[in-house]
Amino acid sequence: MDRLLYVAMSGAKETLRAQASNNHNLANASTTGFRADLAAFQARAVHGAGFESRVYSTAASTGFDASTGALVSTGRDLDVAVRGDGFIAVQGLDGREAYTRAGDLRIEADGSLRTGTGLQVMGDGGPVNVPPATSVFVGADGGVSIVPLGQGADTRAIVGRIKLVKPEIAQVERSADGLFRLRDGTDAPADASVQLASGVLESSNVNVADSMVKMIELSRRFDLQVKAMRAAEDGGAASSKLLSLG
Amino acid sequence: MDSALWAAKTGLDAQQTRMTVVSHNLANVNTTGFKKDRAVFEDLLYQNQRQVGGATSQDTISPTGLNIGTGVRVVATEKNHTQGNLNTTGNSLDVAIQGRGFFQVLLPDGSFGYTRDGGFKMSAEGELVTASGYKVQPGITIPAGAQSITIGNDGVVTATIAGQAAPTQIGTLQLTDFVNPAGLQPRGENLLSESAASGPAQTSTPGLNGLGSLQQGALEGSNVNVVEELVNMIETQRAYEMNSKAISTTDQMLQYVSQNL
Repeated sequence: MDRLLYVAMSGAKETLRAQASNNHNLANASTTGFRADLAAFQARAVHGAGFESRVYSTAASTGFDASTGALVSTGRDLDVAVRGDGFIAVQGLDGREAYTRAGDLRIEADGSLRTGTGLQVMGDGGPVNVPPATSVFVGADGGVSIVPLGQGADTRAIVGRIKLVKPEIAQVERSADGLFRLRDGTDAPADASVQLASGVLESSNVNVADSMVKMIELSRRFDLQVKAMRAAEDGGAASSKLLSLG
Repeated sequence: MDSALWAAKTGLDAQQTRMTVVSHNLANVNTTGFKKDRAVFEDLLYQNQRQVGGATSQDTISPTGLNIGTGVRVVATEKNHTQGNLNTTGNSLDVAIQGRGFFQVLLPDGSFGYTRDGGFKMSAEGELVTASGYKVQPGITIPAGAQSITIGNDGVVTATIAGQAAPTQIGTLQLTDFVNPAGLQPRGENLLSESAASGPAQTSTPGLNGLGSLQQGALEGSNVNVVEELVNMIETQRAYEMNSKAISTTDQMLQYVSQNL
């Protein structure tokens, strides 16, 4: 059997995978703080005796798009967005520190500060807890200040500081749960240069127009691969006919 | 079947849910004491198809892996407890809360409900009830022949009774607060009920312990911002269209295979 069929098949299969990744981005076009997945193709030549004509392709995710999404004003005190680069530290379900850009915070009944998906927000020394308060405000440096219940607006108390980090983007990878962690498994140190904006949320950074164009491109590329598979089939049929005795 | 189709399908599902939330908010733009909802989205798990950092030879490792996301889901709907506008009605039994807190009402099953809707009525027995007929807790009974009723900022209810010069105190309206009001369970009829996430109910006098004060003759309007909801609606519709386009494109790709091979 001619290997053209397999080369074309690998192209079609990986194009479909890239389409899945692109569809995932589109599905998350309105997920707060979402970072678009970047997919790329790599050529994998088959080495061996003879002429190296077999180069298969493999899809690879080359990380995520680190650009900032649009800031959407919500007016809610506990909605925060990271200005520019940086992440908010949270405690992942595995107990390890993880990083996110989604700053839709809320206070649970036990006073813990959590993200919209229910993860504890980390402070400089462990999870942040907020005592009963009339109002809660998150400052630009991540400081959480409250007006304690029963006190006037003149008594503001700082109850903690959200841990903000700014690791090198090359050191950050997305885990299977969608949170970001450092590649080497360590925790990033707090970085005082990261600033928060209060009352706004960061929208997804998926560029939908770009994704749509990519979708069309992948679709057409897929068609071409299938065409090549078809050509391989026709070639096979022709050669078997050529050699037939009848 | 291929995950490309399913990822786009989760997008459609999530946008549909968001549309429901937006429609619900818009439908309640004139509901007294209504607090707007928001759908919270989360990306689904990633399938690790090739491990990043896997050894490609004895001395080299793969610099990139292959993690394909599987879409999105709505993880929660969250109530936004910001203050609504106070609308003056002039009705002496209309009470608005300015600040934190809820009125506590007794439900027919004996449990308590909490509401920001202070459009109270009088029952046949003279008791102060909500529009659905549930009694306000602690109960307040307005005596027959009361000429006028005054509700103070601190919840003290006084009535002027015919033939008496001095007004009589007939009860006190109290407010209940929760550590996490967003954790209250909405149950319709402008009512919310306590849940494990809201924390226990803490009842106190209006104006004290961080609670809001009362204002007679006014009602708290819905906190839905119509413009914001319409923008949300446009965004939802466009995202829905794009996800449906992703499904039809993936479908065409697969169709092309089945027709040409």
